[in-house]
Amino acid sequence: MQILLQNLLNGIAAGSIYALIALGYTMVYGILKLINFAHGDVFMLGSFTGYYAGRWAAAHIHGEDNAPTLFVAGGIMLLAMIVCGLFGYLNERIAYRPLRNAPRIASLITAIGVSFFLEYGGQFVFGPDPKFFPTLVPKHIVHFGGIVTTNYQLIVLGVALVFMALLQYIIYGTKFGRAMRAVSFHFETASLMGIPTDRIISTTFILGSVLAAVAGILYGLSYPKIDPLMGIMPGLKAFVAAVLGGIGNVPGAVVGGLIIGIVEAFVGGSSFSNYRDAIAFVILIAILLFRPSGLFGKSQAEKV
Amino acid sequence: MKKNLALVLVAALVVAVAGCAPKSETGTATTAAGGGEILVGEYGSLTGPQGTFGTSTHNGIMMAIDEINANGGVNGKKIKVITEDDQSKQEEAATAVTKLISENNVVAVLGEVASSCSLAAAPICQQNKVPMITPSSTNPEITKKGDYIFRTCFTDDYQGHSLADYVLSEGIKNAALLTDVKSDYSQGLGHFFEERFTAGGGKIVARASYANGDSDFRAQLTTVKASNPQILFVPGYYTDIGQIAQQAHDLGLNAPLVGGDGWESPKLIEIGGKALEGSYYSNHYFYGDPTPMVHEFVQKYKDRFGATPDGMAALAYDAARVLADSLKRAKSTKGSDLRDAIAATKNFQGVTGMITIGPDRNALGKKLVIEEVKGGQLTLKATVDPQKNATGAATATH
Repeated sequence: MQILLQNLLNGIAAGSIYALIALGYTMVYGILKLINFAHGDVFMLGSFTGYYAGRWAAAHIHGEDNAPTLFVAGGIMLLAMIVCGLFGYLNERIAYRPLRNAPRIASLITAIGVSFFLEYGGQFVFGPDPKFFPTLVPKHIVHFGGIVTTNYQLIVLGVALVFMALLQYIIYGTKFGRAMRAVSFHFETASLMGIPTDRIISTTFILGSVLAAVAGILYGLSYPKIDPLMGIMPGLKAFVAAVLGGIGNVPGAVVGGLIIGIVEAFVGGSSFSNYRDAIAFVILIAILLFRPSGLFGKSQAEKV
Repeated sequence: MKKNLALVLVAALVVAVAGCAPKSETGTATTAAGGGEILVGEYGSLTGPQGTFGTSTHNGIMMAIDEINANGGVNGKKIKVITEDDQSKQEEAATAVTKLISENNVVAVLGEVASSCSLAAAPICQQNKVPMITPSSTNPEITKKGDYIFRTCFTDDYQGHSLADYVLSEGIKNAALLTDVKSDYSQGLGHFFEERFTAGGGKIVARASYANGDSDFRAQLTTVKASNPQILFVPGYYTDIGQIAQQAHDLGLNAPLVGGDGWESPKLIEIGGKALEGSYYSNHYFYGDPTPMVHEFVQKYKDRFGATPDGMAALAYDAARVLADSLKRAKSTKGSDLRDAIAATKNFQGVTGMITIGPDRNALGKKLVIEEVKGGQLTLKATVDPQKNATGAATATH
């Protein structure tokens, strides 16, 4: 029972990071029908921004031996969000917008190109060696009955939940969200109704990239080894999560991310632990075979 | 217009190719004919998750080669090392070795540390009849790739068995096993440890695996913790070990971690921190060894690189010196002559012990030390010496 709960907790913590990344995939797909394969690498960019900002803060603000204050940690996350948001905007503006009316496959191939650009450009700029993410918050070990956790896992969960709630509010509670939903229903009609589609699309990219930055920081916090190729696996798994939940469906991405995280934790804890990385792709194949629209992707489901 | 552009591009390409090809030919021609130099190739993980392996190995090789060259080189010729980075990847290792052999025409190749990389490169060296010496790959399969492949360190059957014997002698009966599915080294060492440990009455109470480069080991460690082992045997590489130790600590798994020479890196303690306290692993030499040769080596290395040499540096230093010694004895630098000379290496005194190449092209009877992390430092815990009498006598004469 304890093991069950422990695995469940580990799975939810890992899954909430997948969920944050999956949200970016699913929002962009919902609005442009484009799978933005560079999204996992935006996540890497977020982690690296946090790494350099954290090291700078350690050298100039709080000293090597003291943990940064909550204010500094928040500032580092904000900076990563700004950098990734800016990248998301430029990415769409430079790479995808000129191809808006080209066949969809052209944008897809461009997305793969942007992904390679970030991965190998990252190796060139940051160096291919793994780096160790600075401590942003002092680590405490927390006992809950029989299960053990760290405040890191709780922070990951809490921050992820806050941002998911915020996104939910933006999509369903604001004028911008309504415009976003309109664009995802029907692009041309939305633009005929006077919705500034280009601006909506740009903002969607920014939103997705900001969430990827948050995921990047949370990932760096709980698994402090980062390298320029770190975005590939979480990116692919988050993509599977988005497909599992029904691509284009926002709550689906969250549920999909959590399912992938939990399933991986249980497989990793079983005697089949060498298949842990494979399980996400087994799920992908199963979903594509038996329920291509995903768990929540009914044909008339609300898409964003 | 488009057609013209294509023509121009093709023409440009032809010019570029034509311009390149003769250049590289003259490049090698001058070095081969005019140099009085012997070209030796090195491929290693200068970057990537096993970056310190490659860097230490490179330092060790350069130190040995510079000393040899300063003393007049080999038969009047200087040795020149050409280094290729394989980024800790097997496919890159194969590419690097192919380049060293076919483009640079090296007479011999030194490398790698990670067994998977050595296994990728060995068949290429064998096919081209260029001798390869791996300074520190311990997987037994490597030297079985052919008669041009040599090794100057011990192998994993010996390492795994020695570790199991040691652990059993400490009264440990229950061990958990966590191996890296992507690494030939980890699989091999895990297998040999288990073989001897269970034969000696030990029990593997839990087994799990991970893939190097993973970040999350909590699921596996949760299972391991539930089985309540006395030790957790993790034959992996240092980057992963540091993180495994951290996460084990977070989960309250307090059994010490035990591993092999893949742990050996200045970064191990930096990554693992306090979580590694009390954990121990087997290694090829101990930097605090009081024998004059080791002491002198450590001093010279510190002066030059500003760091304590790790096991990889010591092994590389020895491998490069064995190669230079063989070059001296070889009839020519032709592959087959050099191969015979390396195979005939006998009682060569290295910093990691006496090196004699056996019939299966492995170094025979080398010493093994077990080092423990204590107070954030490596300390010597035990020594296993198959040539005990011989070394005992040697120490006495010093």
